[in-house]
Amino acid sequence: MITSPKTSRATTVKNYQTILLEDVLVMSYQSFYEEVTAMMRDGESYHIVNYFAFQHRLVLKFICIIAIDSNQTLRVFSHELSLKQPLSSYSLPSISAEIYQFHIFEREIWENHGIYFENHPWLKPVRFAFDRANTMKVNDYPFYKIDSEELHEVGVGPIHAGVIEPGHFRFICNGEMVLHLEIQLGWQHRGVEKLYLEKTKLLQRTVLSESIAGDTAVGHACTFVMGIESNAGIKVDTELAIERTIGLELERVAMALFDLSNLNVGTAYQLASSVYGALRTPVINYFQAWCGNRFGKGLIRVGGTHYPLTAELQQRLKKLLYEVEWRSEEMSEKAFNLPSEQSRFEEIGKVTYRQMYLIGAVGQAAKAAGLKRDVRWSHPDITYQSLDFKPVTLSTGDVWARFLLRRLELLQSIGLIRQLLSIHSNISTRPKPRYDDTVNLTPNSLTISINEGWRGEICHTMVTGDEGELIRYKVKDPSLHNWLALALSLRDLEISDFPINNKSYNLSYCGFDL
Amino acid sequence: MIDELKILYHHGKQYIPDPTKAVVPAPFRGRPVISDAQIDTAALVDLCPTGAIEASPAVSLDLGKCVFCGECALLFPDKIRFINDHRLASNERQRLIVKAGMDAPIVLNPELVRAEIRRVFGQSLKLRQISAAGDNSFEAELNACGNVNFDMGRYGIEFVASPRHADGVVITGPISENMAEATEICYRAVPNPKIVVLVGTDAISGGIFTGSRALNRSFLNKYPIDLYVPGNPPHPLTFIQGILDLTRKKFD
Ligand code: SF4
Repeated sequence: MITSPKTSRATTVKNYQTILLEDVLVMSYQSFYEEVTAMMRDGESYHIVNYFAFQHRLVLKFICIIAIDSNQTLRVFSHELSLKQPLSSYSLPSISAEIYQFHIFEREIWENHGIYFENHPWLKPVRFAFDRANTMKVNDYPFYKIDSEELHEVGVGPIHAGVIEPGHFRFICNGEMVLHLEIQLGWQHRGVEKLYLEKTKLLQRTVLSESIAGDTAVGHACTFVMGIESNAGIKVDTELAIERTIGLELERVAMALFDLSNLNVGTAYQLASSVYGALRTPVINYFQAWCGNRFGKGLIRVGGTHYPLTAELQQRLKKLLYEVEWRSEEMSEKAFNLPSEQSRFEEIGKVTYRQMYLIGAVGQAAKAAGLKRDVRWSHPDITYQSLDFKPVTLSTGDVWARFLLRRLELLQSIGLIRQLLSIHSNISTRPKPRYDDTVNLTPNSLTISINEGWRGEICHTMVTGDEGELIRYKVKDPSLHNWLALALSLRDLEISDFPINNKSYNLSYCGFDL
Repeated sequence: MIDELKILYHHGKQYIPDPTKAVVPAPFRGRPVISDAQIDTAALVDLCPTGAIEASPAVSLDLGKCVFCGECALLFPDKIRFINDHRLASNERQRLIVKAGMDAPIVLNPELVRAEIRRVFGQSLKLRQISAAGDNSFEAELNACGNVNFDMGRYGIEFVASPRHADGVVITGPISENMAEATEICYRAVPNPKIVVLVGTDAISGGIFTGSRALNRSFLNKYPIDLYVPGNPPHPLTFIQGILDLTRKKFD
């Protein structure tokens, strides 16, 4: 029997809501499978946010979160497998076989717990986590092969030419043409999710959140603290929420400038790469003046902050935004009208709306291909709800669109920060951060926290046990969805187009590897 | 053409005239200074997320373990202050430990600098960077060292693509198990003489990742370390100063 989504028995929650674990209805795998596939077939307004498993009492418990973008809600599904028999003896029909955006989550569950997914199109390790059930070694990754005398393979990494994080790229080429690119990650795995359970102090967990991806320190830290505050019932004042949002948007500004600069490194247009790069410097120096760290580490804390955005800092921020706006636009007017830039970026690395929809892409990569995935619009917190905001979407899905998206989002974020400053009351006494003695997590609960980081949707999900201790902490960086988009972009492209494509996505290795 | 000239004019001069004299403004958390004030030291030790603070015999703070969250100074302002002195690098691990009552710059131990380092790398130094689970803020700051502001290329210091062209490796990140072998292969590919520089608290001690079973730090026991550059991430000036001190500073 196919159940229509309207009558789904799954629990419906809002972003940042805490519920009791027992309130999540446990379904049979079959009903879960049927409900989810029926729902996801319904179209664009549904996408997968997270799907993971953890050992809980006598079962392996699965939690699956589907976002409904059209009405700002999330559906939480659960099913279970008994631990009485070895997990490796289980075999479940794969949802990915039908709804492709599940692919990475089922791979992860298979790798970590040993559950086999029948008919999964691409059941391979994800990140070679230290505590995985699958024992394959990082050097033995089973790359896709094509048996042919005409084709050759090019392997790059894990260490790359530049000063960047490690990952392995394997190209199957016909001459200069790439037929297939497979991206193998996991080199950066640091055991982040387990560390959330092992490092029990709130401050340790906050610092850990800032280190998941250092270029998204504010994004991940906000997602962490907003989840904790929800779970522990801590209300934060409007001003603090505004200041955090300013932090999030400023991080987006800094990274947009970084990407604009870096894409111009790719085209060897040195003027633009220097100008955008030099404009990023005062932005990160502003973070430094605000909280003592150029990446915003230290800024976001549970329940309060050490660094209120004083009247003086606000003034400085307004000046900075003015400078960045006119000077980046002066550069963009030139760069975006240069035929040499256009010919290098246009029609290169194209992905379609349909591909992005099918793989569950989020954030920038999705928006550049016309797929509107932006948490600030679909699942906003109270601050974003009060702003005038519509996601920027473009349609061509090529490097050009991803380049242009950076320019437009840069201007949009500047506008958002101005709006935020205008609703900030200017009272500069913020509550101090909370420490463990005044933060009690709800026992046996589940909290979902989602924010739009500069790359896209960040989700942290926490589950607590009988004493309110964390028993599972699941981190999802947007890169988990989006690396496949880069691989698809390379099809039928010259291998020499890889670097600018890679720069046009600028995905996170450590955010993926955890 | 005219547009470009205008843009260039507005771009102005971006470079820092002398990085060795540049100052990072407060509230930058650089070198800590610890007073003799009486406080609840147990609470102070307990606060630190990475165990960087020790209480006995006197209070000390290990910059190799510190993630510069600043919380100790914010909660115990009479005891610990972070000043904006960005010169934090040393070639001796012990020298990264700041003790109560000490307010002297952190410097290298000249005795430990191998003679060939000065002789061979004094004019030019090419480095191969290895991100061994670095969080990308470390890598971004190392990239910034070569940008138009810091421009360490003026000293002949550069990152290169191949270990074969390098004079040493610069490691960021706590060194994951999955990167352990690649790190070692890369290091071995660098011709002798060569240096090893650890950049950032994660590389020096594991930082917030200390104790994770996903790490394999055995590389550090096998090979000599020539420079430790603390920070989370280290400021570009901290890195540039450390490298200059190692390769060309004249010690009296
Ligand atoms: S600033 Fe350093 S020493 Fe102080 S609490 Fe943070 S990590 Fe510990």
